[in-house]
Amino acid sequence: MIELENVAYSYGGGELFSEISLKLAPGSFHFLTGPSGAGKTTFLKLCYGALQPTDGQLRLFGADLRDMSRDDVALCRRRIGVVHQDCQFLDHLPVAENVALPLTVSGQDRPEELANLTDLMSWVGLTERANALPPELSGGERQRVALARALIMSPEVILADEPTGNVDWEMSQRLMRLLIELNRMGKTVVIATHDLGLIRATKAHVQSRVLRISNRRMQLAGADL
Amino acid sequence: MKSYVAILKRIFTRDAAADRVVPPTGTTARLTLFSAGAMAFLAVFALALSLAAGRLADRWGEELARTSTIRITAPTEQLSAQTEAALRVLETTPGVAAARALDDEEQRALLEPWFGPDLPVEDLPIPQLIEVTETEDGFDAEGLRLRLAAEVPNAVLDDHTRWRRPMIAAASRLRLMGWVCILLIVGAVGAMITLAANAALAANARVISVLRLVGATDDYIADAFVRRFTLRALTGAGVGTLIGLLAIIALPSIGDTGGVLTGLGFRGMHWVLPLLIPPFAAIVALLATQAAARRVLTELD
Ligand SMILES: Nc1ncnc2c1ncn2[C@@H]1O[C@H](COP(=O)(O)OP(=O)(O)O)[C@@H](O)[C@H]1O
Ligand SMILES: [Mg+2]
Repeated sequence: MIELENVAYSYGGGELFSEISLKLAPGSFHFLTGPSGAGKTTFLKLCYGALQPTDGQLRLFGADLRDMSRDDVALCRRRIGVVHQDCQFLDHLPVAENVALPLTVSGQDRPEELANLTDLMSWVGLTERANALPPELSGGERQRVALARALIMSPEVILADEPTGNVDWEMSQRLMRLLIELNRMGKTVVIATHDLGLIRATKAHVQSRVLRISNRRMQLAGADL
Repeated sequence: MKSYVAILKRIFTRDAAADRVVPPTGTTARLTLFSAGAMAFLAVFALALSLAAGRLADRWGEELARTSTIRITAPTEQLSAQTEAALRVLETTPGVAAARALDDEEQRALLEPWFGPDLPVEDLPIPQLIEVTETEDGFDAEGLRLRLAAEVPNAVLDDHTRWRRPMIAAASRLRLMGWVCILLIVGAVGAMITLAANAALAANARVISVLRLVGATDDYIADAFVRRFTLRALTGAGVGTLIGLLAIIALPSIGDTGGVLTGLGFRGMHWVLPLLIPPFAAIVALLATQAAARRVLTELD
């Protein structure tokens, strides 16, 4: 679905990482880890076409990112659900409308799709908060709203950037269970996190691979974790 | 052109949900409405000025091309004889299509604005006027003057040209100025909308990036802004045009005899023209916002 070949990226200074070759196969479950500042967020941005690799080749659903127009990238994002590190909501719209935003902007806000919205809101336990504005939410609620929005279009791939970043252990376990459940439904999942404890706790429940960015390279982490 | 039709269609059919993705900005909205209204009001007057000046230039031009006047001042008992003599001279002048002495009734009508309707024309030593209609080629004014001087010494040829040429030039210039004003107004509307749209786009950079992240195309995002500014310009210009037209209708009128100032207004089919101002303002707003949005969107991310 997402293929990288010798990809390198630099923000203008030195190279953040290089020589990354990787295929995210359908139905796979990946953790992406590494110290803060290693480039996890940057890697995910490459995966949803927000950044162009400075070197190498990146294919989204078979198309070379370099050859894609801005509209192509926009259409691609409807097939990739992203949970952003800082959530990124429209603060003037209530939670329900934020979750439905991908439907709205793709002209799919039909009644039957909006019925899905109700289901999804109760699945992430946010039915009561549907009319709240994003700034009124707690950290855990924000993360769940972000996850719900990432899922509303039934994407094939879910990229989650520190989805348990500022929630307690209990909530992070719930979020991970949601993501595992999605993976069982056939979705490709990538979770970036610097929290190794979380990875250890989750590994038992799902067949996953752990990718680690360190020393400007990406490695497959072994059993040492 | 076709793509603009598509944009217009999108703009006027998109539902309210799409509108809500960009937060409303009270001040920008009000200022845009006001500026569009003020510009439309000015445009109504500029248009009226152009059209009135045009009418005046045309009418003067036509009369200039067609007629001249001979004025005969003589003691009452000689007046008819002299008039006869002048008419005989005119009959044999090349370039004169027709010549006709005005009767008392017509002379009274000409003097009425100055002396009132009850003027006893017969009893006053009023000069006799002869209206001369020229052929297309016209006559030689100097030659005619010389012949009249010899045969009807009391006749004076007034060929209108002397004083009307500069008047026509002035009226034509006035018409041109009116159109220049309209062009400037169009430019100012475009500039004003561009500034307002740039401000709105900059203020909403974060909203735009969120929309991009969840898969909105540039067209979708641009439309949210284009729709807003187009509707604002349309509404503002609609109100401005209406007030402008009411002001024109309310102008004191002294009828057809007035010059460019009192003749300011619309006649017949020309009433349709000011009604085009609001849609035209909307099109200018659409183009300006679209250009601004396209530029800003490609600069972001
Ligand atoms: N827009 C940017 N411009 C310049 N440098 C950036 C930008 N975004 C991130 N960086 C830098 O790139 C490095 C990697 O950032 P990031 O991908 O966010 O790391 P991580 O998510 O692993 O913490 C950091 O050193 C960060 O300062
Ligand atoms: Mg990060």
